Amino acid sequence: MMQRVVILGGGTAGTLAANRLQREIGGRAAITVVDRDDAHWYQPGLLFVPFGRARPEKIVRSRARQLRPGIGYHDQSPVDHVDIGQRRVHLENGTVLPYEVLVVATGAALLPGETEGLAEAMAQGKAFTFYEPAGAAALRNALAAFDGGRIAVNVVDMPIKCPVAPLEFCFLADWYFRKRGIRDRVELIFVTPLDGAFTKPVASRELSGLLQDKGIELVTEFNTGEVDGDSGRLVSFDGREVGFDLAVVVPAHGGQAYVSRSPGLGDALGFVPADERTLQSKASPDIFVIGDAADLRASKAGSVAHFEGEVLVRNIRSFLDGKPLAGSYDGHANCFIESGFGKALLIDFNYDTEPLAGRFPGRAGLPLLKESRLNHLGKLAFEQFYWRVLLPGRDVPGLATGMPRAGKQFPAAADAGTVLTSSRRHE
Amino acid sequence: MSTKVYAGTEVTVNDEGFFADAQQWREEMAPEIAREAGIDTLTSQHWQVIKFMRHEYAEKGTGPSVRALSKTSGVSIKELYQFFPKGPAKLAAKIAGIPKPRGCI
Repeated sequence: MMQRVVILGGGTAGTLAANRLQREIGGRAAITVVDRDDAHWYQPGLLFVPFGRARPEKIVRSRARQLRPGIGYHDQSPVDHVDIGQRRVHLENGTVLPYEVLVVATGAALLPGETEGLAEAMAQGKAFTFYEPAGAAALRNALAAFDGGRIAVNVVDMPIKCPVAPLEFCFLADWYFRKRGIRDRVELIFVTPLDGAFTKPVASRELSGLLQDKGIELVTEFNTGEVDGDSGRLVSFDGREVGFDLAVVVPAHGGQAYVSRSPGLGDALGFVPADERTLQSKASPDIFVIGDAADLRASKAGSVAHFEGEVLVRNIRSFLDGKPLAGSYDGHANCFIESGFGKALLIDFNYDTEPLAGRFPGRAGLPLLKESRLNHLGKLAFEQFYWRVLLPGRDVPGLATGMPRAGKQFPAAADAGTVLTSSRRHE
Repeated sequence: MSTKVYAGTEVTVNDEGFFADAQQWREEMAPEIAREAGIDTLTSQHWQVIKFMRHEYAEKGTGPSVRALSKTSGVSIKELYQFFPKGPAKLAAKIAGIPKPRGCI
């Protein structure tokens, strides 16, 4: 009998997982992808829309057409819930999809409603988000009409998709207003709940330096409780305020609503807890998780889904064969950070190694944690790579799933990390 | 890393005062840590949060975010800030003797 693999979500993670599975076990498994529409957005492109450097209609394609022949596709109805015990997915239109293996790849949802006043401020045209296509396009018009004042770029809460994107937005805004010749009339302020520009110390220092160089103010440990569009204020839960003329807000994120309607599947925020190495869900051994939908300590980023892909497929094969799961994901993530003026930085890291300086993927590669023209070209080239290599689920020669250590400048202590950990146990 | 004495017992804390080893924590230490952080009396609501923080840490290896804390406990984020004025997730983690919750990236 054909084994049934149902993949919830036809975005980055679901598409590359489906294509890899079809290639490897398509002969003995029926693979079905479920989504609620047929619009696959190249999400990294949204960052460029507000600055007129990408057009929304150029960064969207059919979800179904990114799938290999033989993969089933449902886009008639959203998921209502998953019945873990009966191994069935119930769609809102009443369709029931039984499965032997379920892959949760439904990403993260934006939840502006969780912040007091944010939805109203967005409706008033005082606050915008570039994390979805309509918001990015509206922000393009708002920036074009903006001729002076204060712009607050605010991350409401972690985790968010692509944690470097709000910083990139600041860098690109600085460049945008300089090119328009009105940078001296625009105040840029980055307001974050983190205790620095970024979570990881070495990268945080580098990125704080860049903010400073570009004259962008940094406000840290700001937990946004309210966005007041009328008076133009962000108010934190501990009573601090940041005034703005225009707010660019990254709303709180959560899992998709069906996760909370599926008893036992998700956590308090609707993300799905999973083993951080095998990607098997904690809810049930026949459920696996890939990409932003997972509650892992990896970044919510496309590169993470790409590196998870190989491990996921290997483990699903083992599971179907009744063998132990041997695939192990190391938390590898890799992001270009656009810094304006035709330059970008590149960071590469995993669960154990923070982003460090050096070169990627080896000693002769792209410079890490340093602005360069080459990285900017890399970021631009990534769009074609996304559609042609990453979504089809191809492995890239010379670019392994695990994080490369060659080329990175390890501080003495971090390089000896394993030794330190083991010696600490004896204390 | 440095050491502090709570309830007559020496414990290891990091530069920001968070416990390095959650095993060293005892309930009777909590009121002293709280006083240092400006909370004079621990009410039953405080204790509910402290116990939840320890439970989450034991289960997941990190303390919850404020939003997860609010959703699971049913206490609104605003109220949580009234109990732990400098930030519920960090302050409650400190009083509960667990490491500083890591920011997810």
